[in-house]
Amino acid sequence: MGAQQQESDALEARLARCREDLAQYKAGAWIRKAREEAEARLRAMGLPGRRDEYWRFTRPDLLAAPEPAAAEPFETDEALVFDEIDRLKIVFTDGRFDPRASDDLTKAGVGIEIITLLEAAEADLHWAQDIFGRLEAAGQSPVPRPLAALNTACARNGVLIRVTGKVARPVSLIYRHYHTHSDAMLHHVVRLEEGASLTLLENGPGGARFNSVLEVDVADGAAFDHVRAQGRDHDRVAATHLFARLGAKSALRSFTLTANGRLTRNEAVVTFTGDDALAHLAGAAVGDGNSGDFHHDDTIFITHGAERCESRQVFKKVLMNGAVGVFQGKILVRQGAQKTDGYQMSQALMLDGDSQFLAKPELEIYADDVACSHGSTTGAIDEEALFYLRSRGVPRKDAENLLVLAFLEGAVEEIADEVIADDIRLRLQGWVERRG
Amino acid sequence: MLEIKNLHVKLEEEDKEILKGVDLTVPTGAVHAIMGPNGSGKSTLSYVLAGREGYEVTEGSATLDGVDLLELEPEERAAEGLFLAFQYPVEIPGVSNMNFLRTAVNAQRKLRGEPELSATEFLKLVREKAKELNIDAEMLKRPVNMGFSGGEKKRNEILQMAILEPKMCILDETDSGLDVDAMKLVARGVNALRSPGRSFLVITHYQRLLDHIVPDVVHIMADGRIVRTGGPELAREVEENGYAGILEEVA
Repeated sequence: MGAQQQESDALEARLARCREDLAQYKAGAWIRKAREEAEARLRAMGLPGRRDEYWRFTRPDLLAAPEPAAAEPFETDEALVFDEIDRLKIVFTDGRFDPRASDDLTKAGVGIEIITLLEAAEADLHWAQDIFGRLEAAGQSPVPRPLAALNTACARNGVLIRVTGKVARPVSLIYRHYHTHSDAMLHHVVRLEEGASLTLLENGPGGARFNSVLEVDVADGAAFDHVRAQGRDHDRVAATHLFARLGAKSALRSFTLTANGRLTRNEAVVTFTGDDALAHLAGAAVGDGNSGDFHHDDTIFITHGAERCESRQVFKKVLMNGAVGVFQGKILVRQGAQKTDGYQMSQALMLDGDSQFLAKPELEIYADDVACSHGSTTGAIDEEALFYLRSRGVPRKDAENLLVLAFLEGAVEEIADEVIADDIRLRLQGWVERRG
Repeated sequence: MLEIKNLHVKLEEEDKEILKGVDLTVPTGAVHAIMGPNGSGKSTLSYVLAGREGYEVTEGSATLDGVDLLELEPEERAAEGLFLAFQYPVEIPGVSNMNFLRTAVNAQRKLRGEPELSATEFLKLVREKAKELNIDAEMLKRPVNMGFSGGEKKRNEILQMAILEPKMCILDETDSGLDVDAMKLVARGVNALRSPGRSFLVITHYQRLLDHIVPDVVHIMADGRIVRTGGPELAREVEENGYAGILEEVA
């Protein structure tokens, strides 16, 4: 049996299982259509395989396989990230909405409506029909993202959030992992109406295997802040997709913290459709191969389709003991997207000689009046700085940790909210202190 | 008291001896200067005392108040009261000067078994010392030495010295890259720190710094050894005749 046949069998097995799962629930016309279209897209492109150029640095096997590999949930008595922040909590346990652990969604407050995907799916029409699966579909070109199409076709859980005002209190999606073999899939939609603003927090591993899609439609003058921490589980695998469409004078700021995790692929697909908008994407990933395999992949695709937009990518990785980091980032500037300001930086700090960083930065520019720059670096701790700190009385390990945190700071400072940023700093500090 | 006896040092990477038997004693409370031509081993001596990697001590000893410095890690030497003001202070992006200073103070206190300073105590200390050195709040907030002028970097070294209160201060070419006004400001900072319990070893190529930080004793170093020792007048002799004259005389 050929590899292609095997892949197609794996796909059919997954689709059969998800159809069986979905058949138990009522589904209105709008979502049935979205799922069917996604299924057709997925069949046309197939699940990602090892031969795919877009998966050259990351083996998709664990993400595409019919069944998830076992992953023990990580247990800790420590306070979880964002615990100290006043927020509206929405909890998913192994990919299932957990109403008892969540806050009352009907009391989300002024300027915001939240409904679960389960509930919205029952209706025949829903405002989310113009976004659900649509941004994902648009993001399939020029590069296919089959795991996102799989998600649209199969995800039963998620939330749909519509924001009409400036919402101060963050909405916090909490992804708990209890079962060793959970295969969690979540699909969220956020629509920010003109001038609206929201901060969305996400934290937790989600499941033994986690596949999430977040589609965000940011209307003119709206602002969306997104900060997530992917949990501390060692064996979990995750594929996440953020699809964002940005209107004129809108803003998107997204930051991701990843510590641990056997395999993580975080894709962000951002498209500027209105002028004068900005998108800042940042990530800090820290991996110690001694506490389990660590493979982290940030794959970014930004399309400038409007004038005077600013995009900024700052991705930092700290790798040790055989950890692997991947960065694939592309800035596409379409014809007519004049005065585009594009910046892309991916950096890895290697704490030993065993780890690996693979970077593929790309620029594709069809407009003539743009400023785009990109850079990628791989390096060790600066010995001069280390000696300077030690000569002032700071012990070697503490000095190294200070320099590691300083390196990561460039990504963390992209978070607009200082309280949230400090919480992330605390997590990173914990990691450097625990590392081997 | 700093006591260096017959110190021989070679580069770790290559078979090149840089210090060829340095003998030097700086009594507690004294200010000594080491002058010498480029390549004489002055900076190497300061690095070896501070514990920088890349050097191998093949013979001899260096002690501070009886403690063998060469056995200690750089941070332990600092906790024992040794301080090196760098010729080229290192820039550290991502670490604020304030955080750097607080980390250093508390690390040393911890190594010495003393309680850490509270945030308030620390702030009070830094503000007071910074003011004396014309260091503004902005400079404290910026990342360590990033975007600092040459003078600001050197003043920042002296600020660290003032806050850490070492017993033995080594100033490695602190005058390099400074104009006269900046040098005077730095010298004033150093002079304010002179005390009966604190010694200084001022390493310099030129005599001009020693007009402002007047030493008790001047040593001339050449080819890895101390070749002459005298009073402040020795520095003026260098200024007038250059090193060539003195070295000829020694030879």
